[in-house]
Amino acid sequence: MNQAVQAAAPAAKRKPKETGVPDNQKYLHPMLAKNYGNWKYHDRPRPGVLHHVSHSGDEVWTVRAGTARQMDIYTIRKLCDIGDKFADGRVRFTIRSNIEFIVADEKKVAPLITELEKHGFPVGGTGNSVTMIAHTQGWLHCDIPGTDASGVVKSLMDELYDEFRREEMPNRVHLSTSCCEINCGGQADIAIIVQHTKPPVINHDLVANVCERPTVVARCPVAAIRPAMVNGKPSLEIDEAKCMCCGACYPPCPPMQINDPENSKLAIWVGGKNSNARGKPTFMKMVASGLPNNAPRWPEVAEAVKNILRVYKEDARPWERIADWIDRIGWPRFFEKTGLPFTKYLIDDWRGSRANLNASTHIRF
Amino acid sequence: MAKKMHDTPNLDQLESGPWPSFVTGLKDLAKEKDYVVDLLGQLEESYKTRKGYWKGGTVGVFGYGGGVIPRFTELKNEDGTPKFKDSAEFHTLRVMPPPGMHYDTDTLRQFCDIWEKHGSGLIAFHGQSGDIMFQGATTDNVQKAFDEINEMGFDLGGAGPAVRTSMSCVGAARCEQSCYNEAQAHRAVLNTFLDDIHRPSLPYKFKFKFSGCPNDCMNSVQRADMAVIGTWRDKMRSDEGLAKKWFAKHGMDELVNDVVARCPTKTFQVKELNKIKSGEHITSVAVSDTHGIEINNQDCVRCMHCINVMTGALATGTDKGATILVGGKSHLKIGGLMGTVVIPFMKLDTEEDVEKLVDLAQRTIDFFAENALEHERTGEMIERIGLSNFLDAMEIDVDPAMVNSPRMNPYVRTDGWEEEVSKINAKKKAA
Ligand code: HEM
Ligand code: SF4
Ligand code: SF4
Ligand code: SF4
Ligand code: SF4
Repeated sequence: MNQAVQAAAPAAKRKPKETGVPDNQKYLHPMLAKNYGNWKYHDRPRPGVLHHVSHSGDEVWTVRAGTARQMDIYTIRKLCDIGDKFADGRVRFTIRSNIEFIVADEKKVAPLITELEKHGFPVGGTGNSVTMIAHTQGWLHCDIPGTDASGVVKSLMDELYDEFRREEMPNRVHLSTSCCEINCGGQADIAIIVQHTKPPVINHDLVANVCERPTVVARCPVAAIRPAMVNGKPSLEIDEAKCMCCGACYPPCPPMQINDPENSKLAIWVGGKNSNARGKPTFMKMVASGLPNNAPRWPEVAEAVKNILRVYKEDARPWERIADWIDRIGWPRFFEKTGLPFTKYLIDDWRGSRANLNASTHIRF
Repeated sequence: MAKKMHDTPNLDQLESGPWPSFVTGLKDLAKEKDYVVDLLGQLEESYKTRKGYWKGGTVGVFGYGGGVIPRFTELKNEDGTPKFKDSAEFHTLRVMPPPGMHYDTDTLRQFCDIWEKHGSGLIAFHGQSGDIMFQGATTDNVQKAFDEINEMGFDLGGAGPAVRTSMSCVGAARCEQSCYNEAQAHRAVLNTFLDDIHRPSLPYKFKFKFSGCPNDCMNSVQRADMAVIGTWRDKMRSDEGLAKKWFAKHGMDELVNDVVARCPTKTFQVKELNKIKSGEHITSVAVSDTHGIEINNQDCVRCMHCINVMTGALATGTDKGATILVGGKSHLKIGGLMGTVVIPFMKLDTEEDVEKLVDLAQRTIDFFAENALEHERTGEMIERIGLSNFLDAMEIDVDPAMVNSPRMNPYVRTDGWEEEVSKINAKKKAA
């Protein structure tokens, strides 16, 4: 190829190869590929380690370690080195950003654990531990966050470090954090979610320029937003008596300033469960609010979460998730034991709310 | 060597403590990259003021309408120039992971090399939708990074009103509870909708998730517009050796209190061996010389609890497949919704079976595209039009497994009752 053609080539834009979701076969540890769909049972020889046995008699040990989720390339390369040294150059991640190394030789388990912990990766997160928090993006990368995500997670996991590395909870504990009420973090045994307490402050100068007003009006769950003329320019106004401060109007309309350093608080929710085990999946319920958004370590939030975990650990029976535990002891006792105040704001009044009221005389005294 | 670091007294406090620190990671990157020095500067400002400073915009790669999350700084000086100029553009590439999130280290190292060259060097494994998130590239570098990632055989995921990136559990690769080939279904479905992933034009987002069994490790029931959750129809399997081993270790108290008492339908019983029934629907296994377990599988709701507790002693059946639920979503706008059953059971053993799932997915998305209001998820759409209307349109027969209970109010016109009954009877006869 002559020089001229080569120089011209980059001008023609590269068409993407729409390859979609890649095949995972070549990424599987050889023993997983060999025994695909043929596993018989597993046990957990120690926290952080799963031992799976195949119908063929093959066995594998999985060592699970916590990560920061947002990782720098040096950390990822370090994990790759460990994967090369112990796990046939294969790793996998769990939905909660833990990394897993699979070995076919039991003798590799102990040195692998030593190596991981030497480099600061805690081994744990299996069975009835408190596993890594499902977290979102926060100030690092989202355009609407009321708080950070990675910092909250780091602060909390520092406090829950021992519980991650042990299996001492009644059942598994899944945590999540969400930096707005959209709740990207999802349902969890305990969730920490931003809860705004004041209606958005509208930046009227910006509305005229950037907002598609009908979209914003339509987005409000309680129809609190109306088009209005402000200072002779088309803008919006909020019926502050109706507004319940959900922040739904903010993503489509950045002038709807909902985030506030003081008035955007944190709420704690408990009892979410995705699994069908025992009872049906459950949504979590708000049990506390008004916690300060106290960066960089959110000590009040950590205290509140640790308190709930402490009571749950003492009081729940084996295999009770937080939702199962509260089903047994009832909400009055939950509030009594955790010392959390039950305020009027915790009585549901959204659509379908009557289903959440006690329509019986079932009361524990 | 990069430029001098900004003071970050707040972020510094996130370097102490035993859990791996993303701040330490960022600082390591900042040693080489001005880009990350300024990112830390802006993040510190957020910690100080407790405000976010990113806004969206339009950045993409040639040929696609989505998959890149644009971020421009809003932290400006009085004259409108960015306060932290080197990280003024900090876009994310959402890249779809392989099923089960397995990787070889060569692939991860290539990701690192590409992102060292074109991006910040910060990668998140993974986002809540499942994407590998390559966080932080300038507008100019987005295309270069994508081209190289794409040449490796990886593709962008969804963003905006599009089919979104999906996740499947470890499943068949390493889990005895797996009831179908999650990876196969995941790829077959997602790769059918590449156009809807890459060129957002639906009323709103549409998410698929694939869990191999009712433990639903992918949290699909509350997050997926279409959740594919593995299950089985026949008898649970049992293994006497493992059952006796379990009992020897755990004893009668645990068997009674942790398993019998927690079976949601109370179909799980412990009995003296000579009283245990046998029969077409009975799973039974001895746990000792005197006692055994009896499960009437017709009353079992496949909740997984007893199997989770006594893994191997009890196992899923062999007539496996999946239950399909539609309409799960989080809070916005009407409140959180769980998915609801639309297909109680479908086989997923063969390619033809998987084709049927793909076809169902296709018809669901077509219906969603035509009938949902703007910014309405499937769950909200179904709540608005009623499940029966959705099923009618999808030509799916109603089934009592779709409801918690029949209706509790008389506010319905039933003048088509006889017609419906005769249709059901005609179908029964034809079957
Ligand atoms: C067009 C005819 C009617 C309509 C649309 C209608 C509608 C309603 C509605 C919406 C309620 C409230 C249900 C609730 O508590 O949520 C109600 C309650 C009630 N209606 Fe009617 N109704 C009608 C005729 C009648 C008639 C003719 C009677 C009696 C002679 C009647 C007796 C009652 C009673 C006793 C209640 C209270 C039930 C309770 O709260 O336990 N209704 N009706
Ligand atoms: S929870 Fe809200 S603020 Fe946080 S990442 Fe998701 S959308 Fe952004
Ligand atoms: S914050 Fe929520 S309730 Fe208030 S105006 Fe915005 S969308 Fe409506
Ligand atoms: S969802 Fe079921 S099959 Fe999949 S990993 Fe979890 S327990 Fe195993
Ligand atoms: S899987 Fe079936 S038998 Fe076992 S606990 Fe659940 S409902 Fe009971």
